[in-house]
Amino acid sequence: MVTTFHYLVLGAALFTIGVIGVLTRRNIMVILMSIELMMNAVNINLIAFSSRLQQVTGQVFAIFVITVAAAEAAVGLGIVIAMFKNKETMNINEIDLMKW
Amino acid sequence: MLELVLFYIFAAIAVVSAILVITRHNVVHSAAFLGATLFAVAGIFLTLNAEFLAGVQVIVYVGGILVLFVFVIMLISVERAVHERQYNRQWTIALVTSAILIGEIGYGLYRGKDSLVLPNVLPAVAPAAAGNSEQVGTALYTAYLLPFEIASILLLVAIVGAVVLSKKRTQPEG
Repeated sequence: MVTTFHYLVLGAALFTIGVIGVLTRRNIMVILMSIELMMNAVNINLIAFSSRLQQVTGQVFAIFVITVAAAEAAVGLGIVIAMFKNKETMNINEIDLMKW
Repeated sequence: MLELVLFYIFAAIAVVSAILVITRHNVVHSAAFLGATLFAVAGIFLTLNAEFLAGVQVIVYVGGILVLFVFVIMLISVERAVHERQYNRQWTIALVTSAILIGEIGYGLYRGKDSLVLPNVLPAVAPAAAGNSEQVGTALYTAYLLPFEIASILLLVAIVGAVVLSKKRTQPEG
């Protein structure tokens, strides 16, 4: 019997992997992919509770999360392209214009 | 029993691919493993009886977002980045932070475990009355119509923003 607990543990694992990716990697593409992983973990939790409560609200919110993920990917990749045109790098340690 | 086996198969694929996404040196490999993770998560959605979301996951994530990632990787040279150092200097503190996060989530799940194990008590909705897509569509176009429209405006803003960010820099006037 698969309980909601199983899905929550899976979501927590995926979210933590995404956090580790965001915090440790230097390649901006991998960081954006890790953010997508975290959004997927959130979706798993939303749909697990939607299934557990027999209500469709969680699935509607998962659709909104997917919409935000698509918008975030489009804008994020636009920023990556603009950044690459200026600095010729994907390494976030070299993109420190606003750091002091 | 079958659903337990399916859950463990999909969960194992998702977690292993996710770990490979953040550890591979080549970005193209990371993108490929991200696709595997997204497909596995779609399978997880199927085990939760969310067929519409599984379809949306495959079409939007794998067919849209992942292809966008691969396009950008194609535009940007990857050869140099493969040989660079892949992890930044704060990786020890990052791992400590993640360990704290795991502990926190694990403790919360452990304490709240008893509140999660009563799905059998809830009456099952008559499955033949309305399909999953129909239910989601009805909720989306009635109770959640305003958020739906706001989401469409968000997408419009994102389209305009992406075009402005990635178009060629034109010469200033005069």
